[in-house]
Amino acid sequence: MTDEFAVEMQDVVKRFTTPEGGILAAVNHVTMQIRDGEFFSLLGPSGCGKTTSLRMIAGFELPTEGKILIHGKDVSQIAPFQRPVNTVFQQYALFPHMTVEQNIGFGLEMKGVSKVERSARVSEALEMVRLPGMEMRKPKQLSGGQQQRIALARALVNKPEVLLLDEPLGALDLKLRKEMQLELKSLQREVGITFIYVTHDQEEALTMSDRIAVMSKGVALQVDKPEAIYERPATKFVADFIGETNFLDGVVRGQTGSTVEVDLPGTGTVYIESSRTFANGQQTTVAVRPEKMTLNREISGGNNLAGRVEEVIYIGTDTHYGVRFAGGHKARVREQNVTQGQKALASIGDEAIVSFTRTSPRLLTE
Amino acid sequence: MINWLRRNKSAQGTLLISPTLIFMIGLLIIPLILTLIISFGKRSADGNVIYSFGLHNYIRLLGVSYNCSAGQAVCYDPIYTQILWRSLTLAFNSTVVVILLAYPLAYFIARSHPSRRNTYLFLVLVPLWTNFVIRVYAWMMLLRTQGLINSALAWAADLFGRPFTPLEMLYTPGAVLIGMVYEFLPFMILPIYTSLEKIDGSLYEAAADLGANAVRTFLRVTLPLSAPGMVAGTVLVFIPVMGAFVVSDLLGGKQVILVGNLIQRQFLDARDPTFGSAASLILMALTLVVMFFYTRKFGFGEEIAIT
Repeated sequence: MTDEFAVEMQDVVKRFTTPEGGILAAVNHVTMQIRDGEFFSLLGPSGCGKTTSLRMIAGFELPTEGKILIHGKDVSQIAPFQRPVNTVFQQYALFPHMTVEQNIGFGLEMKGVSKVERSARVSEALEMVRLPGMEMRKPKQLSGGQQQRIALARALVNKPEVLLLDEPLGALDLKLRKEMQLELKSLQREVGITFIYVTHDQEEALTMSDRIAVMSKGVALQVDKPEAIYERPATKFVADFIGETNFLDGVVRGQTGSTVEVDLPGTGTVYIESSRTFANGQQTTVAVRPEKMTLNREISGGNNLAGRVEEVIYIGTDTHYGVRFAGGHKARVREQNVTQGQKALASIGDEAIVSFTRTSPRLLTE
Repeated sequence: MINWLRRNKSAQGTLLISPTLIFMIGLLIIPLILTLIISFGKRSADGNVIYSFGLHNYIRLLGVSYNCSAGQAVCYDPIYTQILWRSLTLAFNSTVVVILLAYPLAYFIARSHPSRRNTYLFLVLVPLWTNFVIRVYAWMMLLRTQGLINSALAWAADLFGRPFTPLEMLYTPGAVLIGMVYEFLPFMILPIYTSLEKIDGSLYEAAADLGANAVRTFLRVTLPLSAPGMVAGTVLVFIPVMGAFVVSDLLGGKQVILVGNLIQRQFLDARDPTFGSAASLILMALTLVVMFFYTRKFGFGEEIAIT
């Protein structure tokens, strides 16, 4: 049943020698399985090892340790031109001396596909990226967005088993990027090819992916569906990197069944539902998303913490309130501006109560 | 005045190009016109120019001779056409050899670690620090019958108890070719390096990704993208070799006479400036024609900044 996975990374390590002579593990014991036909994102800040991982799957780098399998076949040590994958490069890497047709047809030509079939498949590919009739143009004559599509067509025309995309939308402006995100996603559904997509943009990853691997410092911290990554982050890094999170540091004071009592020193006590078991006195962090908190005048059900409003930021759809608690903890509360002409719930300097349910927070220990 | 200049773009342009323009008119255009006028003239008995109009110098260059044997009035004397042809083939051969030597080296430098590239480029330029004539003399020392190479070979032959006759290397076409290649190699390495260095590394990866092995990547990506460098280098090598005379004088002697030598001898030895001028203009015309067809096919190697 190896075919279930398009790509498997088995305990892969990649070490580089730095210019100073040190050794850097860009990818440090990464194991993950990418399912056939899924849109899989490698997400993380620069230097987290996401691009190195992609380059190892493409064959531009060879792993120092571990194995890489593509549809069950070990490709760890074989050359890029022998792998059933194609790449869309960050700066597109279109051949400047070739026409669009020659660019897209390059892979087919290398495979020895006849000229007639090549030209048919090139126009088909151009059709697919919605740039028909562009065959005779040179890359220089195209806009950034068009070059991006040509790069995509050049890779997809070869019908690879896996398509690798290295921040392909990074050079586009915001509006075009949003458009291309949706387009890429629907294209992926259409062709049914496994996409592995490298990005540092968490919103992009959430928008497009079936599953996301969040990476940091060469390690895959969490591999899961977008909702799971957002709602149930495994570590503080994941919670912080994906969306915005309030971190309230505290100590566990007791646990009754699934309800954990956490003391936030100086600020108050909260009760959190958790499936994990905690020891008394254990350090923990209560992680709550700003939109899962409300700002109130009075105590309501669930957890309530009294604080002082320090900041009110109106951003159109929402208003953000920065609240500081007695123990020095801080939280940001996001309230939607639901009604027309809605007044701010509080102004700077006001006393206010921040409330959240027992199920909204995550208790994180690392 | 300053304000007027500030507003007047075309006046600015005129001012900017005028130093070069004056220089070029005074030292290139006017001398060229004079050369043209002289080339139509005749040599007086004491070696001065008699201004007149006639194409006799050009006719002589094309091989029409009036000094014929056995009662012929007009005959074909191939000496000058041979010289022209020799210059042309030498320039062609030198350019080809220079490309073949320069390309791998430029490729090596372009692929080396960025921190080392400047050192390598510096080493390419080091020979240019020594006067060229001195370096050609060094080649004479090497290639002479009693030169370093023959001495070394004689010593080696002696060691193995074999007989040895020194090789005749100096004053051969081969020696001139070596000298030309040696002189102009850096002028090919630099533009090829520049064009290779500009190729985005991800293009090689893209080619490999699309199924091209190293050879096909070189033929389909590296070579076409470095062609502008080769074109620029060819212009920089071919034209000077066409007009060179020092190398052929010192390493070719009387055996290898090029157009450059012909011109030099007409002015300095034969004291016939009219024939020398005609030869100069024929050389120029020949170079222009070759370069015209060459650049029409390959361009000027634009996109390449020559460092």
